[in-house]
Amino acid sequence: MLDIRGLSKSFGGVKATDNVSLDFADGSLTAVIGPNGAGKSTFFNLITGALRPDSGEVLLDGVDLAGKSPPDIVRHGIGRAFQVASIFPSLTVQETMLAAVCADQRRSTVLHRRFPLAETRDRAEHAMELLGLANKRHRTAATLSHGDQKLLDIALALVLDPKVLLLDEPTAGMGTEERWRMIDKVRELWEAQKITVVFIEHDMDIVFKIAPRIVVLCYGRILATGTPDAIRRNEAVIEAYLGTEEHAEAVT
Amino acid sequence: MTELQAGRASETLGAPSIETRSFRSRYRDILIALVAFAVLAALPFFFGSKALLDFVIRCSAFGLFATSLNLLVGYTGMISFGHGMFFGLGAYGFGLLMQRTAVPIPVAFVATLAITAVFAAIIGAICVRLKEIYFAFVTLAFQMLIHSTILTWASLTGGDQGLRGGIPRPVFFGIDLANHVHLYITSCALLVLGLLLMRQIAQSPFGYTLRVIRDNARRASFIGIDVWRAKLTIFVLAALFASTGGMVMALFVSGAYPEFAYWTISGEGIFINMLGGVTTFLGPMVGTVLLLILNDTVTRYTEYHGIVLGAVILFFAIGLRKGLMDYVLEWYTQRRDGPGERG
Repeated sequence: MLDIRGLSKSFGGVKATDNVSLDFADGSLTAVIGPNGAGKSTFFNLITGALRPDSGEVLLDGVDLAGKSPPDIVRHGIGRAFQVASIFPSLTVQETMLAAVCADQRRSTVLHRRFPLAETRDRAEHAMELLGLANKRHRTAATLSHGDQKLLDIALALVLDPKVLLLDEPTAGMGTEERWRMIDKVRELWEAQKITVVFIEHDMDIVFKIAPRIVVLCYGRILATGTPDAIRRNEAVIEAYLGTEEHAEAVT
Repeated sequence: MTELQAGRASETLGAPSIETRSFRSRYRDILIALVAFAVLAALPFFFGSKALLDFVIRCSAFGLFATSLNLLVGYTGMISFGHGMFFGLGAYGFGLLMQRTAVPIPVAFVATLAITAVFAAIIGAICVRLKEIYFAFVTLAFQMLIHSTILTWASLTGGDQGLRGGIPRPVFFGIDLANHVHLYITSCALLVLGLLLMRQIAQSPFGYTLRVIRDNARRASFIGIDVWRAKLTIFVLAALFASTGGMVMALFVSGAYPEFAYWTISGEGIFINMLGGVTTFLGPMVGTVLLLILNDTVTRYTEYHGIVLGAVILFFAIGLRKGLMDYVLEWYTQRRDGPGERG
């Protein structure tokens, strides 16, 4: 279980994350929503070690990871994908996967053998198939379409066998149809892998349709958590976040 | 799904497995190295020219240096402007050990590498955390520091006169480095062995870790790679090969001069890499041969060789926007895949 307790972070005088406490049960699927600047990405950055929290705890199965380095946290089982696909442009899809497995097996400093290592192959293969990238294995990452680059980014997190997968806007920059394909993929992965998935999403239709549980962040604080129905009816959410009438209409 | 299965089938049936491929690539490299060494070693029997052998020895020294710099620049994306300090350190370390102690040459060789490793580890620990431009500047600063230390510590280093009086060369394992052909063969052996080892580093899992860091260091740390440690490791490893180049140079000129540790050596290393290209393993080696030929011919005709060399580098940097071997590689891949993709 991922258990966040009293997580806070300020930049100058601005509280980007303000005393956030949340828990994510094993195998749960949660959407994080909130207006721009609500502190969603900061929240992810604090959990994954990209930023050091001012205070609070990030407990994964009882182990506090707050303030540890990104490689440390990844090795404890929290993987992440990025809002803008963060990949290795000059490597092929297959090389990317093989190198990641190599790192996960703590073989990234091996000097006396040749890349790729045979023992990294099955896991790399598995991840490519899960994300539907197997037939593009020899393509250089930079030449992939935007959607495939996002998939590769997710594959890069998934290939490490994380317990918790954080997806920062998996559908960012996609057209409507592509968004649905991507989110179906995410849901499919969640069901197949039985891992804890937390994703940030802007498209309300997607959020309300897909996520069994929604967390609403606003000005770094938790405004509400609950099922889609509960969030839809939540007065505070409608007022503070969904504010305008058309948005209120969109969700009801 | 069918496409997937087809892909998998062709992978298992048609293409050789990962095991065979890595096995083959390693033995192919060793074979190439052996052939290259055999050809180089046979040269003195066909050409009596001392100048040619001298040229190859200089190529060995600078080739080791430039290829090791490419491990940093091309493979890891660390643009060091101070790599020449390890070239100088190798030359002075080896020269001093041979002049001042009575150790056999192999011992001095290993001891110099050890000294270089210590220096590189300390300097690297300070530098590799820095971002691109700061890394370049601080490595340059250390280069200047070592250069001025050599100039001012005249009692040890001979100051601006350099290490004079020659380097003693006691015979070891039947090898007499005072003999020109022996020196030539030894240089070639060091070059080929050094290139083979660097090739192994480049093609090892660690070599791919370096590429991953070059492409996207932030992401590298999010797949569990300790970026700082990997960068420090390659910084030290590259220094060892640069130092070996310096030792070959010291043996060649039978001494060591402050210019070996001056920033211009680092500049030449960068120049060679631009000339030959950083996307292929042998690019810097090709660049070394080009630069030395260019240097030798141009200085023969004009004293304004700086202008000519400058024009050449401008042509490569602005005209081609890549090194010679990058250009060749691109041309080759286009010829191979081009018609299929376009047609």
